Amino acid sequence: MITLLFFAYLKDAIGTERLDVAHAPMTVGQLKRQLEADYNLDLRHVMVAVNEEYALEERTLQQGDIVAFIPPVSGG
Amino acid sequence: MDYERGEKRSMSTFFTITDQPISLEEVVRKVIRPEAGAVTTFIGTVREFTNGKRTLFLQYEAYVPMAEKMLAQIGEEISKRWPEAKVAITHRIGKLAISDVAVVIAVSTPHRKDAYEANQYAIERIKQIVPIWKKEHWEDGTEWVGNQLETKAYPTGKPEGEDLI
Repeated sequence: MITLLFFAYLKDAIGTERLDVAHAPMTVGQLKRQLEADYNLDLRHVMVAVNEEYALEERTLQQGDIVAFIPPVSGG
Repeated sequence: MDYERGEKRSMSTFFTITDQPISLEEVVRKVIRPEAGAVTTFIGTVREFTNGKRTLFLQYEAYVPMAEKMLAQIGEEISKRWPEAKVAITHRIGKLAISDVAVVIAVSTPHRKDAYEANQYAIERIKQIVPIWKKEHWEDGTEWVGNQLETKAYPTGKPEGEDLI
């Protein structure tokens, strides 16, 4: 299982803040492309954090990973 | 697990997300020490008008555990650049009214120049890497700031360069 977390406008677009999906061998980038297709989204400006650390598109996802989709931030 | 509430205590109370009003004095007290000759504070408040458009209130949301980690990372970056600086940052989430305090950054150093510079560095980095978002509530609608319509974004879709430190 992999846990996906969504924030801000992405949470509204996906319709939930959390999805649990079956683990399959894929990279962060591949997961993004799949979500873009499934939800008709553009995730080019969205960063991804795996287990609370920013991750590159090439990173391979592991069983149990928590994958957060982080739109451009606006704190401060 | 609840990823958005700020009630849970962080590992380090120097870098905190809270859903309660922020006490400036409490944040300052964390960095006061005999070695310090200067303390700078930055107070981020909710602005009523942005480009002529009136804000009624803001809603802040955070990925709390990661946001606190990123605040702590900013503290580490500051320690590398200004080894004598001590930093404390508290950011509030939830519903904030006009002039409410959204963030307080306190930096103490032996001499004032470093305290000013390190404090400005902290707020600029918060706006780059800390997973916090604000939703504008205007008279005629709402919008997440930093959404795909904004220019502030990562063109390659991933953090670059020093954002990965």
